[in-house]
Amino acid sequence: MMMKTATTPGRFGEFGGRYVPETLVPALDELEAAFDRLWNDDDFRAELDMLLLDYVGRPTPLYHASRFSERCGGATVYLKREDLAHTGSHKLNNALGQALLARALGKTRLIAETGAGQHGVATATAAALLGLPCQVYMGRTDMKRQRLNLIRMELLGAEVIPVDSGAKTLKDATSQAIRDWMGSYRDTHYVIGSCVGPHPYPLMVRTFQSVIGVEARRQILEQHGELPDGLVACVGGGSNAIGLFHPFIDDDIPMVGVEAAGAGLASGRHSASLVGGRAGVLHGSYSFLLQDDDGQVAPTHSIAAGLDYPGVGPEHAWLQATGRARYVSVTDDEASAAYSALAKTEGIIPALESSHALAYAMSWGRELGPDGVLLVNLSGRGDKDVVRDDDDG
Amino acid sequence: MTTIASAFERAKRDRRSALIAYLAAGDPDLAMTIALARAVAEAGADIIELGIPFSDPLADGPIIQAAYTRALASGISVKRIFEHLPMIAEVTETPIVLMTALNPVHAYGPDAFCRDAKAAGAAGLLIPDLLPEDASDLREQAHAAGLDTVFLAAPDTTEERLAAAAAASTGFFYLISRRGVTGPEGGVGEELEAEVARARKVCTVPIAVGFGVTAGADARRVAEAADGVIVGSAFVRLASEVFEEAREGNQSHSAARAAAAEAVKAKAQELMDGIRGARSKTARTETERVET
Repeated sequence: MMMKTATTPGRFGEFGGRYVPETLVPALDELEAAFDRLWNDDDFRAELDMLLLDYVGRPTPLYHASRFSERCGGATVYLKREDLAHTGSHKLNNALGQALLARALGKTRLIAETGAGQHGVATATAAALLGLPCQVYMGRTDMKRQRLNLIRMELLGAEVIPVDSGAKTLKDATSQAIRDWMGSYRDTHYVIGSCVGPHPYPLMVRTFQSVIGVEARRQILEQHGELPDGLVACVGGGSNAIGLFHPFIDDDIPMVGVEAAGAGLASGRHSASLVGGRAGVLHGSYSFLLQDDDGQVAPTHSIAAGLDYPGVGPEHAWLQATGRARYVSVTDDEASAAYSALAKTEGIIPALESSHALAYAMSWGRELGPDGVLLVNLSGRGDKDVVRDDDDG
Repeated sequence: MTTIASAFERAKRDRRSALIAYLAAGDPDLAMTIALARAVAEAGADIIELGIPFSDPLADGPIIQAAYTRALASGISVKRIFEHLPMIAEVTETPIVLMTALNPVHAYGPDAFCRDAKAAGAAGLLIPDLLPEDASDLREQAHAAGLDTVFLAAPDTTEERLAAAAAASTGFFYLISRRGVTGPEGGVGEELEAEVARARKVCTVPIAVGFGVTAGADARRVAEAADGVIVGSAFVRLASEVFEEAREGNQSHSAARAAAAEAVKAKAQELMDGIRGARSKTARTETERVET
């Protein structure tokens, strides 16, 4: 296959790379060089660390959810509380890192794509903090179903640009942000919100998000005395999952990424790229994606706007291919049940995205029984999902 | 000599640059594509660049995105395009370069894609999101099938990358005239002449320039520097506007198609006039080639 002899940088096995118009190559080269330099720069790291501590509120707690554990066959379930990070999700870890990088590069404008709006809010927040103008592309469908985040972004001073192409969801917002950057990269940084896109984005986003796994590994050892029997995280593009998984990669424990099965895999209305897709190229990298026989990107569906995306980060495609991580899927209904279950047993309203991970923990916990120990990434809070338009797709 | 090389040679003998007319295959159906191909060929276009619709084109502005959406809605597929390609070849001698995103090629199977494209009558292949450093296999497959491979450079492309892209190109080399996506917005880039001069130093095949060429005056300016002038969105927009207007005026489908083809033919003639009006550069180009 053509990918075997590919030489663009940023490969995870045969996945990843750079499949972009030539116009973007200088921008990506500039970003790659800046990231390599600044990630190893003490002053940059000190500033980022201080902001993660004082501004984002890290480390986020690792919480033993004992009443929810009862719903999980009695297995002990720990939640990594990214929902308690500033802005209400893990997204700020990455947006802040990229915004600092943008400032160091002398960029004077930030753009982002958003699905559920969590990454848009995080980027708008980082932009406000650094005094940079910010424009966020958001599909018209998502603007309706995640209205709270739309209001938050505007309050933070960002401009939300509606995207009316395709299904008017995350994929289309991402395409539009890339097109903006094709013409604006000299003064603009594109803050990609997940571990997708051309190199260096998947690597860079993983690096900024790895703080989740670094903290969680230390915390579980402190609180539980040993590593858990498994890690669980939801996967849309896959940034919260890769952030949790990566620091555990050399540990001998199962890692499970949970994709959105939507109305059920058999219905064809889902967003499970790894479970139900094939290898291909979307948004600048070679990974798995949902596509038809002709290589056209397929329409997707999930109750969770942040998972409603036909692609997935290339590193996840590689982790699946090597067997180091396992990928499963959970339906809208299962995720909704887990959403209610966590709210009622723990007083925590999870994001619908994170509820997919919780739903899988409920079934995996039952398999493991009371001796099992699971660490679930609670990637975001669910305030945004409280009022929702039930006929959204 | 490939048909693409012959097309550039023929233009050179006419002491002018070549016109490369881009059309979106299947917008809104393949009958229209065939009619438009005939129209641009009759107006004197030297090469047709046929865009295979993709759901998520990254380098295209709203005009071509909308064309792809219409084409996909009509049920276009690579297979159907290949089935209809001989009909385009029948109505015109103009060589056809297929422009496509990588994923449809990957899904079809690159080797089969190249063989079937050639069998259907294509002369070359252009895949904007396949960078030359990743294209060694595809180049081999395309060349084995008898297809030229066209690569691109943009205003901020480094010297090293420019040389590699030019070296990987057969048929012609595609220079993007400015930053941004396809379409009229921003016009032709200010640095166009310098960009062509830079490419001349390393490029042994004809140099064509695209992005932002909409009117005869743009074509003239590009033709004064480059060997080929690529025009896309201007044709696509005109065809769709005239077609829609005719349909809204209750004209039949075929009358609307004929009106669109007529308008596109006039546009192509305007661009050809611009190209012919360019200060002849053939002699100068020859000298430069000998020197380098």
